[in-house]
Amino acid sequence: MAKVVVPFGPQHPVLPEPVHLTLVLEDDVVLQAIPAIGYCHRGIEKLAEKKPFQQVPFLVERICGICNFMHAMAFCQAVEKLVGVEVPPRAKFLRVIWAELNRVRSHLLWLGLLADAIGFESIFMQFWKIRESVIDLIEESTGARIIFSTNIVGGLRRDISGELLTKIDRVLKQIRPEIEELGHVLLNDYSIKQRAVGKGVLSKEDAHKLGAVGPTARGSGLNVDVRTTGYAAYDEVAFEPTVETAGDCYARTLVRYRETLQSMDMIHEAIVKIPSGEIAGVFEKWPEGEAFELVEQPRGEVFYYVKGNGTINLERLRVRTPTFSNIPPLLHMLVGCHMEDVPIITLSIDPCISCTER
Amino acid sequence: MPWMFPTVMKNLFRGPATRRYPYKKREPFEEARGKVSWDMVKCDLCHDCERICPVGAIVVDEEMKTVTYDPFLCVYCSKCAESCFHGCIIVSLNYCEPAYEKSVDVFEKKEVPVEIT
Repeated sequence: MAKVVVPFGPQHPVLPEPVHLTLVLEDDVVLQAIPAIGYCHRGIEKLAEKKPFQQVPFLVERICGICNFMHAMAFCQAVEKLVGVEVPPRAKFLRVIWAELNRVRSHLLWLGLLADAIGFESIFMQFWKIRESVIDLIEESTGARIIFSTNIVGGLRRDISGELLTKIDRVLKQIRPEIEELGHVLLNDYSIKQRAVGKGVLSKEDAHKLGAVGPTARGSGLNVDVRTTGYAAYDEVAFEPTVETAGDCYARTLVRYRETLQSMDMIHEAIVKIPSGEIAGVFEKWPEGEAFELVEQPRGEVFYYVKGNGTINLERLRVRTPTFSNIPPLLHMLVGCHMEDVPIITLSIDPCISCTER
Repeated sequence: MPWMFPTVMKNLFRGPATRRYPYKKREPFEEARGKVSWDMVKCDLCHDCERICPVGAIVVDEEMKTVTYDPFLCVYCSKCAESCFHGCIIVSLNYCEPAYEKSVDVFEKKEVPVEIT
């Protein structure tokens, strides 16, 4: 049987963002997948060196719209180490609340996209309808629907009032049964099981060896979650990483579905425990030295490296995003699968290409 | 598929989840970050907003006594309004409306009228 080369992407119905995979097929079975990225490189790392470091949180938020709060949070936490500022406890709790709202929004988006990729349009619409109420909460608390712009070096720019915290808690309680109802449909549907169970299997050893992160690694039985290291106020909010052992697309869906509900519990706990006080610390020096920071994003861990030289501009900013780490496991999963499963396997790592290319 | 039935029945009687947008608009939230404008009586052309703007959407010209603001470059962080010492930057609740051509807003310095007694 002759080999056939089929291009997948950069424009494809299941891909919201451009990534190109050259698939080498033999009789409908993928023998090799060769990735090509570089369709939306914007040079953000270099631009960050040209701007005063206080303005960079607004820039790094633009790396990715879906997990923008965690990008700014990781950057600010890294620079806070360099300038030696103590973040007030209330700001830490608010960071947890906003980060988890961001995660809920991102996971609901992904659950909808999964249903859309399979062709289950009504579930897609339902999930995005619920997502809209989460976006409204974000807009009411931060002032914008998508880009939070609340992180600054030293803490936060905005506080959430007591009434609004109660409202967030109430709305999340209202949408929880709706998510559970839809999740029951999504996870038990015959056609979704046919498309997802046993597809794109990644074993625990391979996930470890290839450096998978986030829900991709947790779906394969690896218990890795940076939140357990207790940055921000995660050490005061009880949670257990969601781990599944099957390693297929269905397991990764389960992990994301459970994490959505878990994040809501964490927001509730943070709202109950939040102390009162200041929301931003004051610092009097400019960043000098090197620091790195790990933060758990909806797609996995993001790595920020910051180097300062005592001036207002940073000397170097390096970002390694979760999708970049998840591309080698993806290529491994694609080998041996059928052509019709390629879209759903690619979607199952939740690819964010604008993160990857920055 | 039978698990979807309660949701289907609920949605059948609930009516649309969306708004009839151009006819019915949602009120913006209280602290929404929208377009900014300058109260040029208070403004003393100190360049603070120009320095703090992350994207360089504000240009202050001391000779012409103007502030030029580009709403299509602005990222709506409202950092300028926070930084303004004189409190002359007003944040509106509405975002910049789409337009066929990009344009800039120019604000000219107004002198405080002197009251003659």
